[in-house]
Amino acid sequence: MFASLAGVLFDGFAYGMLLFLLSVGLSVTLGMMNFVNLAHCSFAMVGAYAAFSLAARHGWPFLATLPMAFIAAALISLVLERTLYRRLYRATDLDQCLFTIGIVFISIAVYAWFYTTEQQSVQVPDWLKGSQHVGGITLANYRIFLIVVGLAITGALIYFLERTRFGAQVRAAVDNQRMARGLGIDVDRAFMFTFALGGGLAGLGGALSIQMVGLDPTFALAYLVYVLIVVAVGGLGSIGGSFAAAVVLGISDMAGKYYFPWLGAFLIYLVMVALLMWRPAGLFGKR
Amino acid sequence: MLRTSFAVAVAFASFSAYAQQTVKIGMPLTLSGQFADAANQMLNGAKTYMKMHGDTVAGKKIELITKDVGGPAPDVAKRLSQELVVRDNVDILAGYVLTPNAMAAGDVSAEAKKFMVVMNAATSVVITKSPYMIRTSVTLPQVMETFGTWAATKGGIKQSYTMVTDYGPGHDSETAFQSAFKAAGGTIVGSVRFPVANPDFSAFVQRAKDMAPQSIFIFIPGGAQPAALGKAFAERGIDLNKTRILGSGETTAEAALKGMGDNALGIITAWHYDYTSKNPLNQKFVKEYQGVSNGRNPDFFSIGGYDGMHAIYEALKKTNGNTDAQALVDAAKGLKWESPRGPMMIDPETRDVVQNVYIRKVEKVGGELMNVPFDTIPMVKDPAGERRKQQK
Repeated sequence: MFASLAGVLFDGFAYGMLLFLLSVGLSVTLGMMNFVNLAHCSFAMVGAYAAFSLAARHGWPFLATLPMAFIAAALISLVLERTLYRRLYRATDLDQCLFTIGIVFISIAVYAWFYTTEQQSVQVPDWLKGSQHVGGITLANYRIFLIVVGLAITGALIYFLERTRFGAQVRAAVDNQRMARGLGIDVDRAFMFTFALGGGLAGLGGALSIQMVGLDPTFALAYLVYVLIVVAVGGLGSIGGSFAAAVVLGISDMAGKYYFPWLGAFLIYLVMVALLMWRPAGLFGKR
Repeated sequence: MLRTSFAVAVAFASFSAYAQQTVKIGMPLTLSGQFADAANQMLNGAKTYMKMHGDTVAGKKIELITKDVGGPAPDVAKRLSQELVVRDNVDILAGYVLTPNAMAAGDVSAEAKKFMVVMNAATSVVITKSPYMIRTSVTLPQVMETFGTWAATKGGIKQSYTMVTDYGPGHDSETAFQSAFKAAGGTIVGSVRFPVANPDFSAFVQRAKDMAPQSIFIFIPGGAQPAALGKAFAERGIDLNKTRILGSGETTAEAALKGMGDNALGIITAWHYDYTSKNPLNQKFVKEYQGVSNGRNPDFFSIGGYDGMHAIYEALKKTNGNTDAQALVDAAKGLKWESPRGPMMIDPETRDVVQNVYIRKVEKVGGELMNVPFDTIPMVKDPAGERRKQQK
């Protein structure tokens, strides 16, 4: 009884970390810049395919492809931000949705063209395969790795936003854009870097998720719903909120499948509805 | 101008079967979306057949016209099939990856009297939707009931836990496997259905492991899921020598095996085709196919497309190019041929596919993971079709 509960908590936590990595970037751009970027998972796909190309076609070790996945996705999002996204910062939500969902379909078609619609996979090093057995609980190595990476990224992000000068500028730009401009903060630059950071984190999440969920061009749409749920439940713009929401949803999804399999994947939506009825602005939402 | 050409078209359409020198085959396929890969493989299978056997048969040129259905969308499949018949004047409807799409298009075939070749859609009942329809792929009961019986008898397995995806084909496979397994003396110790969109299987697998069954039967659609499920089995530390994993061919398809790696060793599957088959006809087919598909290997969608074209060619030869639906379907009934998958036949009564079911095990051959067949159940008819026949 205890072992299965601990196992469910562990698996759910690891799954939550994956959701967190995929969605934290969206929470930042949506919450801080008020931009509805439905193409967020396309950036995750950019990172995932970058990691796949390097690992499977150029023989790079899996770990070395992870930073490259971050960089590739960050660069693409930087280019798109400069050329396309910034024109729509003041557009209505509907325009932003239509524009970004268009990007999703374009990205699916582009990747299907270059990489075919085939299912792709990467080989992880041997020490990431298999599992550890601790007191009757099975801890999969890759899940431990996901948790470590997830926690490290959370720590780094919180430090960056709360403790550095640039982080303070970003927070100021978000809280009151006019005042921040008045104080001489370069709001455009702050937003540009925030956007690239969000895209890069999505890319990293995408690369890390290949081993768990595989990769094909529909990736950009397949996980969008989960990412939006995490952001909505966590509260816009809150890193702590996204973290909490991802963990709660990961664990409840896992527990639901284990204890009430007949409810299937529906439980995650039930939890979302319940949490949003309790706190309509999300767990840590301000507005 | 438009009106004249319309009038001419109408005039021609009435005796088009004899007047025109091309035979148009309309294929509404899921060329985009989640099932794009399946549709592309099927289309490449059909193209490979045309490359190997020429694009002219019985003095007529064969022309493929494709339309994109975009996914499981019966209304769209029906509309596009209608458009193909009415606007493009196709003589034959073919393709159909998904059951709901084939079901909807069956009405068009029946009403417009068009010969229809189902190249995948594997739910048994599809074939009853039109008297002009044949199927060249596989039916789920054909493989799964056979597998259930085999597992409980020759396989020596007494207990099974079933895990299937919660959608039509999953339910059909669950019922087919369970009923045949129980009828042959096995017991089902439990079952679970997973949601269609399911990125993480570990909780389901843990639950199965806690039951400690002698075998686990799985049915999941191809794509990302087999690899994810295989990894979950390995992570949970399920010993494949103690707990047998039984599945359909999709579970251990080429991409799935790559994703699972050595975790897949020992999985037993029942299926009708694998690209690694040593049959010389298959080796030739695989080589030609790679030329058409940019190096990809064929899968069961490809072979459905390939054999579908074969049935169309042979039927046209018999009717001497006449595309009348009744003539074509009569010509196709009882057709027998050697396919890259092995011997196959179109059942003269049910118009459904009759073929060998191979029992395979994942083994390492020359450093690569392969489905190695070790038992064959010859010329299996669709058991659900046989039951329908008795009820009449």
